[in-house]
Amino acid sequence: MPLLEVNNLRTYFHTRNGIVRAVDGVSFSVEKGKTIGIVGESGSGKSVSCYSLLGLLPMPPGRIESGEAIFDKNTDLLSCGEKVLRTIRGKRIGMIFQDPMTSLNPYMRIADQIIEPLRLHMGMDKGSALKKAIHALDEVGIPEPDNRITMYPHEFSGGMRQRVMIAMALITNPEILIADEPTTALDVTIQKQILDLIKKRQQELGTAVIFITHDLAVISEICEDVNIMYAGRIIERASANELFANPRHAYTRSLLKSIPAHQTKGEKLYTIPGLPPDTSQTIPGCAFRERNQIGDQSKCLTDSRPEFKEIEPNHWAQNCPGCLS
Amino acid sequence: MTNQITDTEAGTSLWQDAWLRMRKNKIALASILVFTITCFFCFVIAWFCKDPNQVNLANKFSGPSSEHWIGTDALGRDLFSRILYGGQVSILVGLIATAVSVTIGIIYGALAGFFGGRVDAIMMRIVDTLFSIPFLMIVIVLQAVLSEWSRDTSAWIVTNLNWDKGFTDRITNVLPLFFALGLLGWLTLARIVRAQVQSLKEREFVEAATSLGLSKLTILFRHIIPNTLGPTVVYATLTVPGFIMYEATLSYLGLGVESPNSSWGILIKEGANYLETNPQLLIFPGIIFSITLFALNFLGDGLRDALDVRASKD
Amino acid sequence: MIRFIINRLLQGLLVLFALYTITFFLAKAMPGEPFTTEKNISEEAKAYQRAIYGLDKSIFEQYVRYPINIITEGSFAVSTSKGRPVRDIIAQSFPNSLILGLSALGIAICIGVPLGVISAIRKNSWVDWGSMSIAMIGICVPAFTVGPLLQIYIAAHLPGLKVAGWGSPVDILLPALTLGLTTAAYLARLTRGGMLEILSQDFIRTARAKGVPSNKLITRHALRGGLLPAIAFIGPSFAALISGSFIVETIFQVPGMGQHFVNAVIARDEFLLLGVALFFGFLIVIMNLAADILTGVLDPRVRLDSNQK
Repeated sequence: MPLLEVNNLRTYFHTRNGIVRAVDGVSFSVEKGKTIGIVGESGSGKSVSCYSLLGLLPMPPGRIESGEAIFDKNTDLLSCGEKVLRTIRGKRIGMIFQDPMTSLNPYMRIADQIIEPLRLHMGMDKGSALKKAIHALDEVGIPEPDNRITMYPHEFSGGMRQRVMIAMALITNPEILIADEPTTALDVTIQKQILDLIKKRQQELGTAVIFITHDLAVISEICEDVNIMYAGRIIERASANELFANPRHAYTRSLLKSIPAHQTKGEKLYTIPGLPPDTSQTIPGCAFRERNQIGDQSKCLTDSRPEFKEIEPNHWAQNCPGCLS
Repeated sequence: MTNQITDTEAGTSLWQDAWLRMRKNKIALASILVFTITCFFCFVIAWFCKDPNQVNLANKFSGPSSEHWIGTDALGRDLFSRILYGGQVSILVGLIATAVSVTIGIIYGALAGFFGGRVDAIMMRIVDTLFSIPFLMIVIVLQAVLSEWSRDTSAWIVTNLNWDKGFTDRITNVLPLFFALGLLGWLTLARIVRAQVQSLKEREFVEAATSLGLSKLTILFRHIIPNTLGPTVVYATLTVPGFIMYEATLSYLGLGVESPNSSWGILIKEGANYLETNPQLLIFPGIIFSITLFALNFLGDGLRDALDVRASKD
Repeated sequence: MIRFIINRLLQGLLVLFALYTITFFLAKAMPGEPFTTEKNISEEAKAYQRAIYGLDKSIFEQYVRYPINIITEGSFAVSTSKGRPVRDIIAQSFPNSLILGLSALGIAICIGVPLGVISAIRKNSWVDWGSMSIAMIGICVPAFTVGPLLQIYIAAHLPGLKVAGWGSPVDILLPALTLGLTTAAYLARLTRGGMLEILSQDFIRTARAKGVPSNKLITRHALRGGLLPAIAFIGPSFAALISGSFIVETIFQVPGMGQHFVNAVIARDEFLLLGVALFFGFLIVIMNLAADILTGVLDPRVRLDSNQK
């Protein structure tokens, strides 16, 4: 039984302009110690799926319409209630965010922010928590941690701040780490360092990682299994190797085709035409139909949702005749 | 279903966007209505009302009647028309003083923000220093200085230009107040405009304009300043009630407008003397005064929410 | 931090200087002769005053002599309308103004800030709408309406509360309430805005992801940043309280400096006017400094970056 099993998650936002179906029937699972990736363009619902798991969405406009997220065999994160959720958030499931500049509290010292999960969830006293925190900073490669720990976030560089975030999220040795585009806001050179750091800590602690990104290159670096999301649904899932070697769905194939490094020099760059669909409108049929240039648009389903099937062993995709190769 | 690939959305300008958002803000819309109605009454209907200065001691403190819709005050003057005429002065003071403030503030702030460096540092230091000075205190002394000047000027105009004394008196009495208030209220706007100009200055369209050979000042006035209008309008709308309040305060202290002019401030002051016996003399002007200020403040708030692109405050 | 304080102190001196200059020249420009209570000032005293303040000399000499006299002799000259040394008048009235001002500020903070925080937490609920509406009343209804209303409808009916006067501590209540109401309203709105701004920031989401419960979220994470706009307002609000005191002291017959200022203008009493104005300026500088220090304490970016400006 996997560590986390998400079934048919649907999160809608009830706004003044209509119902936005940000996540529309998403299922995936996370095994202990493994890294899975969730890839998609902006608005595909990748971040919202994970925020839903931890109850981090603003609940008046947002609402979890259906689904379950069974954590560690017996707790459904989506229905267990805020009190139980708070014992899991930050303790057994940690999260790091995209922009390290704004994700740390500028008015608090690093020390106070890092020891907070320890004092909150493990009842540690200030002294021992501080020692552990300094050790944690050292493990993520912050030089002179005992000096730096009394500093404020704005005294650190972007890459260092992200390291601090990672240290903070992993300090309670959580079973799952959710990383929401942690490298997107960083310089390319720093990106690699952060990715290596995450890999290293994951191996040392045995943490499972859910890696959210829009960058396929990052996925190939770090993930074992990959879920491709589009318009609030998962349209293809396979191991990283299988996906890159044998992409089946038109969207995945288009994405891979768009990678600049894979294209012929001197030729016009390939881009997927059009824009992702407006998720406040219902989409009957295949969500990718309108932009499907690479497959056979005429064969795409128009009135019923394509079923998410296992089309090859351990390789799942939306079964739309116009999209599948 | 629209063809998403070939359709392009018609862009909405900042103002259209703002108006769309404002339309949903019922309080702001109600405020526009209330303020318009108040202005209509004070500036149009007033002409058809009785003389607010007509004293009639036989009929003082009377209640509502067909002749005097809200009754009369301590000197038998019609309260309704006094409120309307008082409104003229109060509202005009608010609007004109704001106009003066806005003009000074925009020019000062734009120059400081645009030229930056030393010039900016000095100009802003001046603003910061003046900011800490109690506005009202200075205005009180300034009024004392100017009221003498206004009497002299009025006399001069009457003798040399042959204008009507009553009319001239009323204008020269009120005019200094507009400028005294306006002269001292531009500080915050200067800061706002400067901040806007600073951020706009770095944008590409300025580089583009420079490369086209436009002089710095032309760029400033034709391109940058129009883009600062958003916060300026918000601030201006919120300043008007502030000035109306200042005028009322000055009048209460006996340092504002003088008869034959009257303002809401004066009416409230007169009314306060008779609060126990005839509360309506304080309450009616007080209510109109407060409602007008409410409307302007809510309108300003609404404009601010509508124009703030990040608008996460709602 | 020290550099920060010194920086602010210098700024304060600049403010005092500007205040003095503006007030001095305006006071000199005031038309009309100052009233003098003839019998209270002897001829020798008048002559003495004329000499050391250079009243028969150029205006620039007078401009310089006045502050010099303050420093060398500790004297603020003699009030022509009251016939007493200005210093004595201020010494008598200053404590009253201070008590009134600080009480008003205290009331404003105690009402305004919590109201703002609660409104932000319960955004768009009836608590929010109600509080903000009450705040709007505080801004739009002038002190000279609220004051008399409180006098007639509250003081007259409750035993122990005088309608006006300044005898026992309980007399502070109504004037301080009237004076502090507008500031309370502004503080409520600013606090609400500041808190809402902070609560929408990413680092609040990070804190929630760490499992921090709501009450700690507000007190430990949000409050520091959220209170900043309100604290920034405390400095300028003191200027507003001073302005307000002119009215409130008159309505409630509080023997404070505000009354003296207004009367000094009417009576063309330059020295009393200058003395009171400078004293007000001094108070403002102190309050601004306190507010700035508080900001520096709460916002580390301010205090650590000020040397890099």
